[in-house]
Amino acid sequence: MDLKDLYRDVILDHNRKPRNFGRLDPADAQAEGHNPLCGDRLSVFVRLNGDRIEDLRFEGKGCAISTASASLMTEAVKGKTRAAVDAIFHRVHDLLTREDAPAAEDLGKLAALSGVREFPVRVKCASLCWHTLNAALEKRASVSTE
Amino acid sequence: MTAATAQKSEAQQPLDAESVRRDFPILARSINGRPLVYLDSAASSQQPLSVMRAVERYETHSHANVHRGVHTLSQEATDAFEGARDRVRRFINARSTHEIVFVRGTTEAINLVAQAYVRPRFGAGDEILISALEHHANIVPWQMVCAQTGCTLKVAPINRKGEIIFDEFAALLSPRTRLVAIAHVSNALGTILPVKRMIAAAHEHGARVLVDGAQAVPHERVDVRALDADFYAFSSHKLYGPTGIGVLYGREEILESMPPWQGGGDMIRTVTFEASTYNDLPWKFEAGTPHISGAVGLGAAIDYVEALGLEAIAAHEQRLLKLATAALTAIRGVEIVGTAAHKAAVVSFTMTGVHPHDIGTILDHEGIAIRTGHHCAMPVMDFFGVPATARASFGCYSTSDDLARLVAAVERVREVFA
Repeated sequence: MDLKDLYRDVILDHNRKPRNFGRLDPADAQAEGHNPLCGDRLSVFVRLNGDRIEDLRFEGKGCAISTASASLMTEAVKGKTRAAVDAIFHRVHDLLTREDAPAAEDLGKLAALSGVREFPVRVKCASLCWHTLNAALEKRASVSTE
Repeated sequence: MTAATAQKSEAQQPLDAESVRRDFPILARSINGRPLVYLDSAASSQQPLSVMRAVERYETHSHANVHRGVHTLSQEATDAFEGARDRVRRFINARSTHEIVFVRGTTEAINLVAQAYVRPRFGAGDEILISALEHHANIVPWQMVCAQTGCTLKVAPINRKGEIIFDEFAALLSPRTRLVAIAHVSNALGTILPVKRMIAAAHEHGARVLVDGAQAVPHERVDVRALDADFYAFSSHKLYGPTGIGVLYGREEILESMPPWQGGGDMIRTVTFEASTYNDLPWKFEAGTPHISGAVGLGAAIDYVEALGLEAIAAHEQRLLKLATAALTAIRGVEIVGTAAHKAAVVSFTMTGVHPHDIGTILDHEGIAIRTGHHCAMPVMDFFGVPATARASFGCYSTSDDLARLVAAVERVREVFA
């Protein structure tokens, strides 16, 4: 277990300079995520075009893993359909939790999160943004069905 | 001869932490290939071998249920359990063992007072006053009982050093104040509160006072009569004893006036289907089979710290606190949160551009255990505008080597996040 596996350059870079950081106003959907273990809070704002995430941003205070994961997530899902986002989320979830996760080359920069698996208490830090995005998208879905 | 007995034979000697360490088997462990540096005693302290041996001796030799049978083991178990109660009584200088209620820990002690003292007698217009430094365990039980009774929770403010502002505390006292519940030592910041003075001020207004002493008893001698506390709560596992056992001290006439809070065996005198009569103090508040071995372990832990000498422990920890404060302050970007003039051996800090959680992971990688997060004191974190801090806390077994390792590892954090 090497610290460099966790704090890879991509992670440190996205922590220092988070992409798509800030609020989106107006937004079609938003949600707040909270990790009570470390006190991290982050908000995700989404603008939709039909089923597609046209734009999204996040803001909040968190550790390097949670900030970098959120930043990487916004880059990975922008322009994607809901189904494509779900597929990426499942791949990332496997990457964070499963020893036998399939090779992650096609996940691009998100593959940098694979080191988190060796630090089980930090998995929640990396997955917080994804759960928050899901909550935002589900809220949108429930609004549209009414 | 353990370090504790050696210490006793040379009273007034400064603590020899290196020999104290040998009394704590877990400190020989390695974590991530490096010798463990344990700086999380404020969350839970480690146990000396003498505590484990006392528990083992009880379990292998004398265990049975207490206050029950006429058989030998039951009598031995009862003697061990009640002996531990008297050990606690002497430790905090209570008048009588009637005033020593065994509970699961500080949290349960506070809930007991909320439900058995406050709930039957407070109502709309009554106030409970706490401080802005409290642990969640000294906030939430009062919020719950306020919702149940209609009484109001008031909070005395702190200054930027993390000290109680005494005049503002005193100004919040009024005839409506019926209970003051305050920490003796802040778990998040280490601030030592002027509880004796606060108790006297509260008593002038006729309020009762509960002191959360969880963080105080390991670091200084507590005398509940000198403090004039009405209730005093603490946990065994922060005092080098086992988890799952703690103490509620209550002034006898107050405990006497309170109804039981849990019903069951041991807390009754007679039971019929029509009505039951209750046992005497302190058993009235101890329904069900208690944590007998835990009480035995707590008694042994008290023996241990008394043999080392609380004054020697305090002097040793204060020396480390001073060194740690100076060394951490000297690291670029490190800021100490909580700079009260009177502090126990706790250093809470933040680092510019680095979340405490990342500090915690990197330190763990170096074999160093500290606490990171909100320390169950979210309002304290909100006051200082931080989501969390990193907290190093010291005990009788902490050494200047531990401190050197801590400082080097914090420097390493700086490198990783350069």
